[in-house]
Amino acid sequence: MKRYMNLLMVLVPVAVLAGCSSTKVAEKPAPVEDRTAAVATTKPSAPVTSGVEVLAAPDKGNFSGDAVVDPMKDATGLLGKKVVYFKFDSSEILDDGLAIVDAHAAHMIKNTKLSITLEGHADERGSREYNLALGENRAKSVQQLMQLRGVPASRISVVSFGEERAIDMGHDESAWAKNRRVELVYK
Amino acid sequence: MILRKITLLFLLLGMVLTHPARSALTIEITGGTEGAQPIAIVPFGWDGGGGLPADVAEIIAADLHRSGHFAPLPKEDLISQPHEGPRINFADWRALGTPNIVVGKIRPSGGGYMVQFQLFDVFKGVQLTGYSIASNAQELRRTAHQISDLIYETLTGQPGAFATRIAYVTETQVGGKSRYSLYVADADGYNPIPVLHSPAPLMSPSWSPDGKQLAYVSFERHRSEIYIHDLATRQRDLVASSQGLNSAPAWSQDGRRMALVLSKDGNPEIYILNIKDKTLYRVTNNPAIDTEPSWMPGGTQLVFTSDRGGKPQIYQVSVNGGKSKRLTFEGDYNAHGVVSPDGRFLTMVTGQGSRFRIAVQNLSNNELRILTDTRLDESPSFAPNGAIIVYATEVGNRGVLAMVSLDGAVRQRLTQTEGDAREPAWGPQTHRIKP
Repeated sequence: MKRYMNLLMVLVPVAVLAGCSSTKVAEKPAPVEDRTAAVATTKPSAPVTSGVEVLAAPDKGNFSGDAVVDPMKDATGLLGKKVVYFKFDSSEILDDGLAIVDAHAAHMIKNTKLSITLEGHADERGSREYNLALGENRAKSVQQLMQLRGVPASRISVVSFGEERAIDMGHDESAWAKNRRVELVYK
Repeated sequence: MILRKITLLFLLLGMVLTHPARSALTIEITGGTEGAQPIAIVPFGWDGGGGLPADVAEIIAADLHRSGHFAPLPKEDLISQPHEGPRINFADWRALGTPNIVVGKIRPSGGGYMVQFQLFDVFKGVQLTGYSIASNAQELRRTAHQISDLIYETLTGQPGAFATRIAYVTETQVGGKSRYSLYVADADGYNPIPVLHSPAPLMSPSWSPDGKQLAYVSFERHRSEIYIHDLATRQRDLVASSQGLNSAPAWSQDGRRMALVLSKDGNPEIYILNIKDKTLYRVTNNPAIDTEPSWMPGGTQLVFTSDRGGKPQIYQVSVNGGKSKRLTFEGDYNAHGVVSPDGRFLTMVTGQGSRFRIAVQNLSNNELRILTDTRLDESPSFAPNGAIIVYATEVGNRGVLAMVSLDGAVRQRLTQTEGDAREPAWGPQTHRIKP
């Protein structure tokens, strides 16, 4: 993971920049998402456990400007990623999650009318009530980081669903990795 | 009063009960008849016309068999079918080697039935207990369970828990969407009655000590909030909806207070709600997660889960707050602690490696015993007699309920016909007849 950090440092500003220029092109308010629908339909990309995911080349069109892609919907850009993943029984934001949260924090600061709900989730292991608290802790980790980056607290809300809303219904580590998450849901 | 309540419940829920069998629970015994004591349970006589809505002797035999302590004789081994004491030829039954025999008969009485039963010591030829119990078509199964309780208590010295109910949550897929339901079923899986259906998650059912109300967490307003639900009137009261988490309700034994978890002050803490005047006071004060409060007998102490030591472990604290005492030390994940009704045992979810199983800790010597051999077990709840624990597990990719005795020997699984079942909460013993 660490060996990718340098590359990540380079990539993050580029991606944020890319996000800015595309926002200009799009010049429209971010699409309003129905929260319940988002929960039901959000399909996060493959779990970012190896760091390789972060290094995947962004869509060329995004950089050259010859294709108009809403960065919020571009799954290859950081703003298109709206899910941050966690280790078991942990609320610590990992490196790839940091990049995603940073990108969204910058986006929130730029777009002052946006507000966001951070939905914390846990995998199915262990007890349900503890997992509900763990989900809240995870969402609050993201909230604190966003506030640290300058997003006003008044525009961030936090909710936990614990293990009650799994993305992957499987009962193995690949499913659990996808379920230990915070979803960033714009209102 | 009780009759009226149950009748009302049936009437009110009649509309949603269009397919009651759809969510029926099937009980399967998965271990534990070794060393069980034989008992003869003779089919009950019936003096009325037509059939009976339930086979009382069969229900009693199934109850006693499930307990693991008894091995009812197969029907074909019953050498005769007496219905009353004077008709029993004890010598015949002695020859079979069965130490006890149960006989009974049912006659029409008013609009219902009078159910008479007698339990005999075959070797001494004496009656150990016997009752006539008024019943009716709707209550006949419960009457049979009450008889099972009387037989169990007379022969083992411990109260039974057959005439009790279990609340649990199910999740089923309806039109591609999850539907969450709160059910109440008899402890043998019969008569599952839906209490509530919701498109949003339901969690953490907790019984009032009189068995008339359930508290639970509902996400119907897109976040966790606590309701009290009256089973007879179906009235629902929102009792906790502060900012942040409102979770893990646990009714006190006196019915006046509820321990619960709120994160309104920044992180999850244990509070106690006075149900009548809605006053609230905080018990814990720690920056870590404090959750899953459960009352110890006596109502002055709570156990709860906290990760204040870095990993979730179970602690004990006075309801008045103050210093907490750590109770669990084995393994790096112990959560959802519940103390047995006699205060001697603590059951919990214990995580070792990637397995999460149900364990019980003897609180006098802190010896820990793992009771289950599955890997995704959670939500243990004691039967009111403390002899059996019901919990949730995963079998064949589905969430199911299961039961295990305190010594791990007796095991049962309750499988519903569809969807996932979880978070069982064993209800109080409110229909006990003292022998």
